Amino acid sequence: MTKRKPKVAVVKFASCDGCQLTLLDAEDELLLLAESLHIAHFAEASSRLEPGPYDVTLVEGSITTHEDRERLLRLRGESRYLVTIGACATAGGVQALRNFADHDDFLRAVYAHPEYIHSLATSTPIADHVKVDFELRGCPIDKHQLIEVILSLIAGHRPRTSSECVCQPCKRRGTVCVVVAQGKACLGPVTQAGCGSICPAYDRGCYGCFGPSRDPNVRAWSDGILDGKSDPGHLANLLSNFNVAAPAFAQESQRLWQITGRIPEQLPGKVTDGR
Amino acid sequence: MADDTEKLWWIDREGLQKLIDYLAKQGHDIVGPRIDQGAIVYDSIRRVDELPRGWTDDSQPGVYRLQPRSDQEHFGFNVGPHSWKKYLFPPLTEVMRSRRTSDGWTMQAPDVESPRYAFLGVRACELAAIAVQDQVFVNGQTQDPLYQLRRSQLFIIAVNCTQAAATCFCTSMGTGPECEKGFDLALTEIENGFLLAIGSEAGRKAADAIPKRIALSDESQSGQQRRHRAREQITRKLDTDGIRDRLLARLDHPHWDDVASRCLSCANCTLVCPTCFCHSVDEVHHLTDDEIVRNRRWDSCFNVDFSHVAGGSVRDTTRARYRQWLTHKLATWIDQFGTSGCVGCGRCIAWCPVGIDLTQEVATLCGGNAP
Repeated sequence: MTKRKPKVAVVKFASCDGCQLTLLDAEDELLLLAESLHIAHFAEASSRLEPGPYDVTLVEGSITTHEDRERLLRLRGESRYLVTIGACATAGGVQALRNFADHDDFLRAVYAHPEYIHSLATSTPIADHVKVDFELRGCPIDKHQLIEVILSLIAGHRPRTSSECVCQPCKRRGTVCVVVAQGKACLGPVTQAGCGSICPAYDRGCYGCFGPSRDPNVRAWSDGILDGKSDPGHLANLLSNFNVAAPAFAQESQRLWQITGRIPEQLPGKVTDGR
Repeated sequence: MADDTEKLWWIDREGLQKLIDYLAKQGHDIVGPRIDQGAIVYDSIRRVDELPRGWTDDSQPGVYRLQPRSDQEHFGFNVGPHSWKKYLFPPLTEVMRSRRTSDGWTMQAPDVESPRYAFLGVRACELAAIAVQDQVFVNGQTQDPLYQLRRSQLFIIAVNCTQAAATCFCTSMGTGPECEKGFDLALTEIENGFLLAIGSEAGRKAADAIPKRIALSDESQSGQQRRHRAREQITRKLDTDGIRDRLLARLDHPHWDDVASRCLSCANCTLVCPTCFCHSVDEVHHLTDDEIVRNRRWDSCFNVDFSHVAGGSVRDTTRARYRQWLTHKLATWIDQFGTSGCVGCGRCIAWCPVGIDLTQEVATLCGGNAP
């Protein structure tokens, strides 16, 4: 490892900026991080933007326009490691709800002059367009995981982020299961950990911010919870959040929507092609 | 001591408070059942009125509910989401720290320090679970220093069950419901107070320090009836006769696929289990790159990464992971530690979010001839 500081860029596409703000929120660690990194391009933090190439590019947001797709392809060419941060970049974000409805309907409902808007009919994750070296989950991402990823890339090893589900940090912190003790719908058993299992500790079910856990059995999850007389529409809503287009969640939410008969839409090809 | 252990004493609510006070004065941190987050959990206790008096728990597969009792009993419930392992084998422990110095890296094990715990309200199945973990952490080839220290300083006040939950099957596992050994003191709650039995020298000293009298014969009888009632209420069964060989003869049974179709592989069963001890060791490096902390944390055989070796995961399907858990718990545990890994507490049944019931799965797997 040379002593040259790795050159880092933080770039956004369609997103709320919350994930890149996590880097600025790392208040205690920020000065130390700045000592070991050269943050060359970070529009949220500084208007001094250096051109590539970059050693590490952190990418926030999903691809929703042709222009963004072109910009992403250029960026990939300028980046040694490309790491996606957050649910938008790894699964398409909440804006991927459009993938399951008529894009033109949305344009007409929202904009006075929809003819000026040239967006894609879908919101898709970065990995649908370019090779991604590491995907960091979350809505927003967790600061400790972000630091782990950055440090790992500097040190030259794979980031150690667990693939376990939300139930496990829940149990380690002594949280009583809200599914079993209160009959609440909770995505914890099928959602990847990383947030610290915050919601159940505050008496709420998990919202699935970190997306599907590894190899999740979402069908058995909803069958089990429906057996407890939950409303299928409620479960479908729960799955149709920040990670609505993550294949494991999308497949089950579409099945549940069909049970309710409220949105009898066909699955868009993007979701069913087993990406 | 021999004389006292034969005798059955009687104490009242005040006597129980005096016992807590005595143990606190001896430097113990008293932990026991209390109500939190809609359940009866284990947490610090200093006063008898912190106990879940007048409450009970209803445990069914995948469902647990706290319910008011029609009386004012202090221990009128069974087991909840927590087990005592969280104190003896904590969920997260630092096991080593490395620092970069001018002479290279130095490695340092942390000083083993611990509160001196006193557990109040340990049930018979839980005494058995502690004995199982003793086999794992102390009596085997290697000793875990933190477990060993906490265990050696531990004072146990057991409580006999006077009722059973629908998920209980200690009678099948030969672990309860009566507390027979492994405690310092054992209580049986009766109408007018508690029967007190002494199980150790430390228990005798504690009993000497509190007001008590010999139990009257009708009090002893009431205790006996109540313990008998708990036994009578247990309807769940696990046929343990030759279970090791029967399970291991069915490793290719099609029913493993059926369980896998329902199992979330979420690891809840293993984390609520009072005997599961699997853990992983992670290294966390400091930003300045001159300090690395090595932590041990609860892990589970239900995690894909848990069996990850060079080349991939050994158990990369839920079928493989469930089979590993069940056959280890009930069969190969016997080879490894000389006892079953299951004590019949029923936590894995109640706290499975989709209510998978190991007694039923074993009955299906072992029913009939091996395929």
